[in-house]
Amino acid sequence: MTAQASVEAIVSEAASNEYLVFSLGDEEYAVDILKVQEIRGYENVTRIANVPEFIKGVTNLRGVIVPIIDLRLKFHLENVEYGGQTVVIVVNVADRIVGIVVDGVSDVMSLTPDQIKPAPEFGVTLSSDYLNGIGSLDDRMLVLVDIEKLLTHEEMQLVDRTATQG
Amino acid sequence: MDISDFYDTFFEEAEELLADMERLLLELDVDDPDVEDLNAIFRAAHSIKGGAGTFGFTVLQETTHILENLLDYTRRGELTLRRDIVDTFLETKDMLHDQLDAYRNGSEPDAEAFERICRILQQIAQDELGLRNAVSAAAETPAAAPAAEPKPEPEPEVSSASEATVSGARQLTITLLGVSAKDRELLVDELKHFGEIGAQSGDETRYQVSLESSESQSDIEAVLCFIIEPEQLQIEASAAGGAPSVKASAPAASAPAASTAADEPDQVSAKPAAESAAAAPAAKPAAAGGAKAKAAAKAKAKGGESGTIRVPVDKVDQIINLVGELIITQSMLEQTASDMDIVSHGPLVNGMNLLQRNARDLQEAVMSVRMMPMDYVFSRFPRLVRDLADKLGKDVELVTEGKSTELDKSLIERIIDPLTHLVRNSLDHGLESPDKREAAGKSPTGRLTLSAQHQGGNILIEVIDDGAGLSRDRILAKARANGLTIPDNISDDDVWQMIFAPGFSTAEQVSDVSGRGVGMDVVKRNIQEMGGHVEIMSQPGKGTTTRIVLPLTLAILDGMSIRCGEETFLLPLNAVLESLQPLAEDIYSMAGDDQVLKVRDEYLPIITLHHALDIPGAKTKVTEAIAVIVQGEGRRYALLVDDLVGQQQVVVKNLETNYRRVPGISAATILGDGSVALILDIADLHRLDRRKSQQRHQAKHHHSVEVQPA
Repeated sequence: MTAQASVEAIVSEAASNEYLVFSLGDEEYAVDILKVQEIRGYENVTRIANVPEFIKGVTNLRGVIVPIIDLRLKFHLENVEYGGQTVVIVVNVADRIVGIVVDGVSDVMSLTPDQIKPAPEFGVTLSSDYLNGIGSLDDRMLVLVDIEKLLTHEEMQLVDRTATQG
Repeated sequence: MDISDFYDTFFEEAEELLADMERLLLELDVDDPDVEDLNAIFRAAHSIKGGAGTFGFTVLQETTHILENLLDYTRRGELTLRRDIVDTFLETKDMLHDQLDAYRNGSEPDAEAFERICRILQQIAQDELGLRNAVSAAAETPAAAPAAEPKPEPEPEVSSASEATVSGARQLTITLLGVSAKDRELLVDELKHFGEIGAQSGDETRYQVSLESSESQSDIEAVLCFIIEPEQLQIEASAAGGAPSVKASAPAASAPAASTAADEPDQVSAKPAAESAAAAPAAKPAAAGGAKAKAAAKAKAKGGESGTIRVPVDKVDQIINLVGELIITQSMLEQTASDMDIVSHGPLVNGMNLLQRNARDLQEAVMSVRMMPMDYVFSRFPRLVRDLADKLGKDVELVTEGKSTELDKSLIERIIDPLTHLVRNSLDHGLESPDKREAAGKSPTGRLTLSAQHQGGNILIEVIDDGAGLSRDRILAKARANGLTIPDNISDDDVWQMIFAPGFSTAEQVSDVSGRGVGMDVVKRNIQEMGGHVEIMSQPGKGTTTRIVLPLTLAILDGMSIRCGEETFLLPLNAVLESLQPLAEDIYSMAGDDQVLKVRDEYLPIITLHHALDIPGAKTKVTEAIAVIVQGEGRRYALLVDDLVGQQQVVVKNLETNYRRVPGISAATILGDGSVALILDIADLHRLDRRKSQQRHQAKHHHSVEVQPA
């Protein structure tokens, strides 16, 4: 990530405290709403050969070819189904447009800084590196995902390493 | 407002002006220079000077100032042009370009070079005009408008005249016509930088500001024209010393195309097209007639000056994408509508037909926006050829054909380097020296032709020389020396292709022009990267033709869609040689795993698409599948697919924009139903299959059943 991009990230984090909440199985996650471009249904995805399972393929988003990633597969969730309720959150990270498949989108939440707790040091599948923290809201726990860090990480195989260096 | 915001505009425009200047200098008939051309060159220099002054680029300003003075003498007939003077002017132009680059990169230009060129220019002035000090003398010379000067171009004279009469501050009345209150504030703020603002009055249609300033009118105009159009501006000087008021109004008909660097770019760019058309070598008959034709062409150019706008490429690409999307939506609608009863839904069906036609027209029109004429490339060669021919002591006439042939912008920029190389090669190795040519019974003047034409979906660009031709023996000897084995009956075409091998040069002497043996292979690679190829035709003693064949645009691909399992893919049509249903007796196994297909006495390796791309549900029996014989990067093989669907033109979409490179896939496209289809990369598919069969082999070896994808 370039210095410019990280500055922008800091600025946008400071400016936004609204999160889009989505569900993966029974768990609730949230991403910075400013990174979200749109939400659409899961349809018409063209498979790509020889890529990890969680990369479902590419789809046509109004003339732009966008890769689709299934976070449920990435996080090794059971019961991965595609139906009318399956939703794709289209996010804009590191100058790229990426669609992530989730089980559903519930709402948009405003979180105050004291509602955000630091992420605990754990996790093999979801390292705390990719988390902004844990949002605690009454009896709900939201995992605040740093979607930019997660998607641009090498193991996602979403970006060429040479491309990110450039 | 910070003036540095306008730097980029100035740099771009100055660059165009310099290009214009060079073109005009090259076209100039030294013995009988056209006064209009001289004026145009002068104006270009003057505009650059004005802009440079405004932005404080002193070195650039001074260099252009000296050049401008010399040009001024030239156009008034006081300095007679010679070829070496034109050469010096060209050199100065190069220097200006360097200075411009230096300023653009935020550094100061090379002072030594600046002094050197100033000395040379002053030397010319001294020798030719007997002037002690060209700089100061010229600055005080009132620039009387030459009698031959046609009416609609008074600006340069006006500005130089006003500069000449300026001594210290004077009173200027600036009239703004049809300027909104918001812009007016900006303008007045801007004017404060020039001096004391006096009375202001008026409304939006006409607003007068009086200004006491020592700046020249052209400078003020240059700055203001960044905000408003020249037509909206009138500057009247009422000098304290009672000098006659000079009116620098700029009526639309004679917009000062070259008088200020701040002018709209369209005016500058619209001109050269028409001018070069008029100044084409063929159109230079008797002086009088020619001049008339030129004047007419210029008048026409002026009328069309507002005809172009400068738009960032990504905006255009966005429009192209959206139109592509519209076409897809339209064909989806059409599919739905085609099931409807034409009787009960007559108007809807009619509407659909109309929509289809309009959408296609729109797509065509939008695609043409990206196209640029080849003149953009060809126009840089006269200078190159002239300089090289001088250096090599050869006499060369350059002919360009098909300058208006259009090519996609991304291709046109990438074709320049390979083409430059080919032209250098032709000049250095192809064309002979004058005495050798005469000895061979040819005209001493060599002829180099650059031509461009459309042929089908391709553009052919040819570099033709009437030189000695390629020497078969020399190439073969060199190939043998390089350790290549050569069949006895090798065809001429195969011999010519050898010069594209890396490290191949038959030049007996390495010159600084060419002959180092790097180059032709780079040319070939560059052109292949653009999706094209190079052909060479040569006849001993008659000359060589190098032909570059390129697809018209990178954005559109002629493809053959194929089916494998449930999936659809596209093959680039130019990679497809033929397709056939393989017969069991034509298939041979090799080393267990590999299979080859016999096609007319040739054994081709078989690559099974569903193996390479792990496609489920594909036909597994070879004899049920279709073999498509494909060729890419010199490899030929049989690709087994389930079915051929058909040929179609598709819009190529980059996968790497949002994703990454995928092995075996070059790009993607969107099909009529809105779904994405992947375009296969023939050469990479071969490599991918290699890797996978190796893995399969290893897996077998380790008695494992699971095959890991790459």
